[in-house]
Amino acid sequence: MIVYTLFVVSLIVFAITQILPADAAVMMLGENATPEALDALRQTMGLDAPIWQQYATWLWHVVQGDLGTSLRTGQPVGPAMFEALGRSLLLALLSIGLMLVLAIPLGIIAAIRRGKIADMVVSLISYAGVALPEFVTATIAVLVFADWMKWLPPTGYVPLTEDFFGGIAHLVLPVCVISIILIAHVSRMVRSELVDVLHTDYIRAARLKGLSRGHVLRRHALRNALLPTITIVALDVGYLLGGVIVVEEIFAIPGIGRQLIVAIQARDLPAIQAGVLIMAATYSIVNFIADILYAWLDKRIQYD
Amino acid sequence: MTEFLKRLLKTPQGAIGTFLVVLVLAIVVFGPMIAPYDPEKLSPLARYKGPSAAYWLGTDQYGRDIFSRLLIGARATVVMAVFATIAGTLIGALIGTASAFLGGRADELIMRTIDAVMSIPSLLFALLVVNLLGSSTINALVAVAIAFAPGMARITRSVALSVRKQDYVNAAIARGESSAYIIRREMLPNVIAPIIVEMTIRVSFAVMLFATLSFLGLGAQPPAAEWGLMVSEARRYMHMSAGILIWPSVAIAIVAVGFNLLGDGLRDALNPRT
Repeated sequence: MIVYTLFVVSLIVFAITQILPADAAVMMLGENATPEALDALRQTMGLDAPIWQQYATWLWHVVQGDLGTSLRTGQPVGPAMFEALGRSLLLALLSIGLMLVLAIPLGIIAAIRRGKIADMVVSLISYAGVALPEFVTATIAVLVFADWMKWLPPTGYVPLTEDFFGGIAHLVLPVCVISIILIAHVSRMVRSELVDVLHTDYIRAARLKGLSRGHVLRRHALRNALLPTITIVALDVGYLLGGVIVVEEIFAIPGIGRQLIVAIQARDLPAIQAGVLIMAATYSIVNFIADILYAWLDKRIQYD
Repeated sequence: MTEFLKRLLKTPQGAIGTFLVVLVLAIVVFGPMIAPYDPEKLSPLARYKGPSAAYWLGTDQYGRDIFSRLLIGARATVVMAVFATIAGTLIGALIGTASAFLGGRADELIMRTIDAVMSIPSLLFALLVVNLLGSSTINALVAVAIAFAPGMARITRSVALSVRKQDYVNAAIARGESSAYIIRREMLPNVIAPIIVEMTIRVSFAVMLFATLSFLGLGAQPPAAEWGLMVSEARRYMHMSAGILIWPSVAIAIVAVGFNLLGDGLRDALNPRT
């Protein structure tokens, strides 16, 4: 499955970068290069071969772990991209962590207190969260917390290994901004799943058996209601990766999203290809793990 | 129809959503007529003004009236989002229905491919397409439509699969109708309700995606009054006056919340069981 996904993605990415009106040879040698020099370079880069042959060569190199050489920097693309991916993953994992800590309790409270004020407050929060794109929340967050309050640094990135607390301070705003939409979405899903489960017969049976509300909620309802959350969180990784692109651009974090924007603006074909491929692979792997996790947890419940 | 409207307006989501969407559509239609100022007229003497009787929402870094810019920018932002969503939905609905009707191997291949395409985040996909076509409003529309098609195909397929099992489809097959006829005339009309719900909610995503593209410099170009572009331009001047940043953000939020609520309201109204 992952292999097929990556194969299709590689085809799309290669097709898009081929149609891009950018001549790699001209980009490397500049507008004033002689036609002979351009031809020579095209020959060494294999750009004169038929398209399918270029694709096969590129794919063969990718499979072997060679993602090509950046047209912009002249450095191999792979190491730079993976280094950037590490920073983005830190950002993404912290956001998912914050989201889980907040979204699940919010969803549970809303479901238990359905129709009450707590439920309305939670759904108000989730509508507000879904309504604002990351670039708006990010810009407003910088204005309020960095410019007015001066609590946090506005932009930039400090490696945690260099200055742990400084690094965390730089990450607070980006992580909060990314998790807002996720919190809004997941808390709503948890609420609706839990509301459904609370109306099933086995929950009613457990309550009639004389078990306390808290016990039924913890032992019976939550286990079943939280399972689908795994799938939803995994699918939300798509939004997360998109959000990472915007947030990294605004907060000047040198992650994979920023690398991709720079590559797209510079029409650096190998870097675009590598970046998109890595993002798609991340998404597929996360969803693959989620599927396995789901099946494993589900079985446990059946045999419990 | 009136009974349906009554059901829609009975829920708080449906009522508020309908109100906001009607308000936004009214601004799209009549905005340019009621705008008090020329949105691109510079007034160097009236920069960074706060809200006043003359400028309801104040003025921006060039002394342009923010209220007029928002009224006129509604077209660039909302109309494009609606068109992009409709286009993406049509492509997706066609693929999804066809896949569900064909079934078997073809269905599996189409769906696996759709899954693969969906593994590229839609923002990234839109960025690539815009970069490929060049940054302009129309290209951004095409990009958002293409980015939405796979998701819509997936939803349409799951709805269409349940329709596929209905007797009237089997009857059409028994009559010897062509596949194209059955997909178009028998299946599509019956999968429309859930698709409209999904489409309404997606308009709000499209508004945000458009605004984001403009924000990144790949959608509408200055001096257009597109809302995302207004936020993007306001970033450099937000220390002078927060209003330049806040008002377009509020406008985006109103549109997004409105379509989201309307979608939820429609879902409840179309599905009496819940």
